[in-house]
Amino acid sequence: MSGYIRDAAALARKDLLLELRGKELLPAMALFVLAMLVAFRFALTSEQEAASQGLLWVAIVFTALLALGRAFVPEREQGILDALVLAPCDRSAIWLGKVLATMAFLLVVEAVALPAFGLFFGGVSWATVAAVVLANVGICAVGTLLAAMAVAGRAREVLLPLLFLPLAIPVVVGGVGATVADDPARYLAFLGLYDGVFAILAWATFEYVVVE
Amino acid sequence: MIRARGLEKRYGGKRVLRDVDLDVDRGDVAVVTGPNGSGKTTLLRVVAGLLAPTRGELEVRVERGRLGFLAHEPLVYRELTAVENLDLFGRLYRVPERRERIGMLLERFGLWDVRGERVGAYSRGMQQRLALCRTLLHEPELLLLDEPYNALDAEGAELLDRELRELAASRTLVVATHDPDRISSLATTRVAFG
Repeated sequence: MSGYIRDAAALARKDLLLELRGKELLPAMALFVLAMLVAFRFALTSEQEAASQGLLWVAIVFTALLALGRAFVPEREQGILDALVLAPCDRSAIWLGKVLATMAFLLVVEAVALPAFGLFFGGVSWATVAAVVLANVGICAVGTLLAAMAVAGRAREVLLPLLFLPLAIPVVVGGVGATVADDPARYLAFLGLYDGVFAILAWATFEYVVVE
Repeated sequence: MIRARGLEKRYGGKRVLRDVDLDVDRGDVAVVTGPNGSGKTTLLRVVAGLLAPTRGELEVRVERGRLGFLAHEPLVYRELTAVENLDLFGRLYRVPERRERIGMLLERFGLWDVRGERVGAYSRGMQQRLALCRTLLHEPELLLLDEPYNALDAEGAELLDRELRELAASRTLVVATHDPDRISSLATTRVAFG
């Protein structure tokens, strides 16, 4: 097991290093989420501001989609997935490494987005922060699997949103619920359950996705 | 080590491999020749387990971690340095004394002085040398080499000649090439396509 974790950590570290060198993804994600929040700020009238809680989740899901769309680009462009698949490590470690790296990118961007949201729409509760953290796990677990599926296809840019957005609806439902409900625990538990179920499914099926 | 009978591979309606039989024993050097598009690369990918054959039987008696695969592409990250790339694969392949092995390979393939530079800044020939380092890093029992002389200059090609001669003494090699004369002296088995 420790070897498995070490493999996933080495792969995640590689993705963080690639981003540190390329600086392609994080600035784009941060700009995108900030632009969305600014647009939402001007789109809503003062009577509609209650809707802003839902729009935060739309912004998070679409920003995550940017990261997921790029997740396997280095492997696709340079054919490296073949070399990773041939390594004697458990192939699901490739998935876990990508999940960890994508989650790190999302957390960094959310560290910018949540204060900005608080500034524009007035305050972010602890329940919202907890929901965002839980949602990240589900979004990255499912999204990484789907990104690996989409990257093999010709219409990959279209395929990923088509596959991902329907599966992200429960995350939005749970996230909005945890943000606006008087008792967020129920929704947080729902997000935790989603994370558990979909993480196990994605972990177990990843091998079949990367091998023909 | 490799036994294939009636191997066939189709992509949609296009048949790329047709009734291929292959017997490669431990210690053999099999040379696969043929023009572009004749199926050499597909055969190597099928043997490596990267593609499933559409039909036929294939038995490859080697563990996944004991196989080395040199593809058309170098299969390394361009944004990382040579050392970072080899270190990643060394970890995944559980290479003992990884740093010493990486240093030795980089030295042998003439990349030691540029070990800290990003691979994207390398020439294609240097990338091919690095790809050879990656392929040999974990001392594989079975080596599948797809056009290994690709992009190498005269010095690099001579280096590879020496390397292949050494490897042929102790490993099993399957080499796909459109220039079979280069390694004809080592070949024990020949497969011609097209």
